[in-house]
Amino acid sequence: MNRMPQSIESAQAIAASDALAVERTLAGERDAFRVLVERHSHNVFRLAFRMTRNQHDAEEIVQEAFLRAYQKLGQFAARANFGTWVYRIAANYAIDRMRQKQKEDARRQAPGPQDADGIEDDPVSRVPDAAPTPERLTQSIELRKQMENALAALSHAERTAFVMRHWEGCGIEEIAAVLKLNSGAAKNTVFRAVQKLRLALQPLVGTSTQARAMGTES
Amino acid sequence: MKHMTEQELIAYREGVVEQRAAISTHLAACHECREELERIEVVLAALDTLPVPDPGADYGRRVWQQIAPRLPQRPEAWWQVWFQPRRLGAAGAIAALVVAAFLIGRMTRRDTRPDNIASAEQVRERILIVAVGEHLGHSERMLVELSNAEPSNPAQKQVNISAERGRAEDLLQENRLYRQTALQEGDTGLASTLDELERVLLDVAHSPAEVTPKQLEAIRQKIEARGILFKVRVVGKELQQRQEAAQPAPAQNDSRKKERNKV
Repeated sequence: MNRMPQSIESAQAIAASDALAVERTLAGERDAFRVLVERHSHNVFRLAFRMTRNQHDAEEIVQEAFLRAYQKLGQFAARANFGTWVYRIAANYAIDRMRQKQKEDARRQAPGPQDADGIEDDPVSRVPDAAPTPERLTQSIELRKQMENALAALSHAERTAFVMRHWEGCGIEEIAAVLKLNSGAAKNTVFRAVQKLRLALQPLVGTSTQARAMGTES
Repeated sequence: MKHMTEQELIAYREGVVEQRAAISTHLAACHECREELERIEVVLAALDTLPVPDPGADYGRRVWQQIAPRLPQRPEAWWQVWFQPRRLGAAGAIAALVVAAFLIGRMTRRDTRPDNIASAEQVRERILIVAVGEHLGHSERMLVELSNAEPSNPAQKQVNISAERGRAEDLLQENRLYRQTALQEGDTGLASTLDELERVLLDVAHSPAEVTPKQLEAIRQKIEARGILFKVRVVGKELQQRQEAAQPAPAQNDSRKKERNKV
């Protein structure tokens, strides 16, 4: 739920400042768009990374989302929230990109140095520094790999719905708009995603000790 | 005691449930459901440990530096979207209809004698017939081409349908306008065919630019299951006949509309 604003007042202040930046950009002041890019880049990156699990892809999605937002700024309704709008553009582009990548991967077929989940680095380098024992280290690496695989096995719509709802705290209407579904179907997509993740991961995380081994619980 | 379903517990956990208070009350009293919810929590808590790299405090600035040289001086105004080459056709058709509707409206206001009202209605319907006839012809061609689409190279596993998808997007906008006009004109038979066509166009417009043969087959089956090509041909043919018939009598006109409304 990282996207939630600190307070209603700060959210309103940001929305007002965004609206002003949009207005100035539309009036021909191109540098006013910089405020919007600098303010929303981190949030869009987090969404894109969680959807793709790949930093390079996520960075490209961020750039493309802002380029598209700039190009379509004339269609942006002033009453809407710029952050939500660019977020939606990024989610749509990420879905297209994931589909494209899936096709390319299927075409290549031969396994390369990359994992199926797109993570390029050595799994050992991804182990949390605080992992206390070799046993936990092994468990942690295995669990993490399984989680990445379970996320990668979701359909694009399920992964998008899960990321947007569980991690980004988006409303069902917002998810429905990105997936071009009605709200009932969007809720079902969230449900299916959690159900599939549970089915894949429950045997591995049956006890809370294993979750602790990931280094998040004190 | 009736236990909560997995779907209800997941919806509760993810905050997308409507009867939240009722589930909370049940959970307070039901040990089994609480345990089931905890099992869901453990999986989600483990997933929450997956890290997201920090792109750095200056990330926003870097993104700006990367995209700034690629930005035009001014964003596109909302109306410029309609002047993109692929949208010009739809924009032209809509503009022609608006102008025609305006002129007919003026004719109707100037002279409200029954003969002239009937004449204005005939003109309005003829314009609709011509425009919709062309629209159905374009839609039919696009659907036929889509049904016959194949990979450009037999070695390829994907079929590129981006051209058909782009055309479906344009046709979709025209279709909405014609469907609304047909409804206003009381031509429910035509409106119903256009409504079915709209669903197919929507499917095509929302398809990926490249599809697998399996996905393409699914699209073909949807088109076939709705019998949309047949309906489009039948209505298109009928509109063509009506267009060719010189000055049809109002009574005959109405009876044809009524016949189609029965389809």
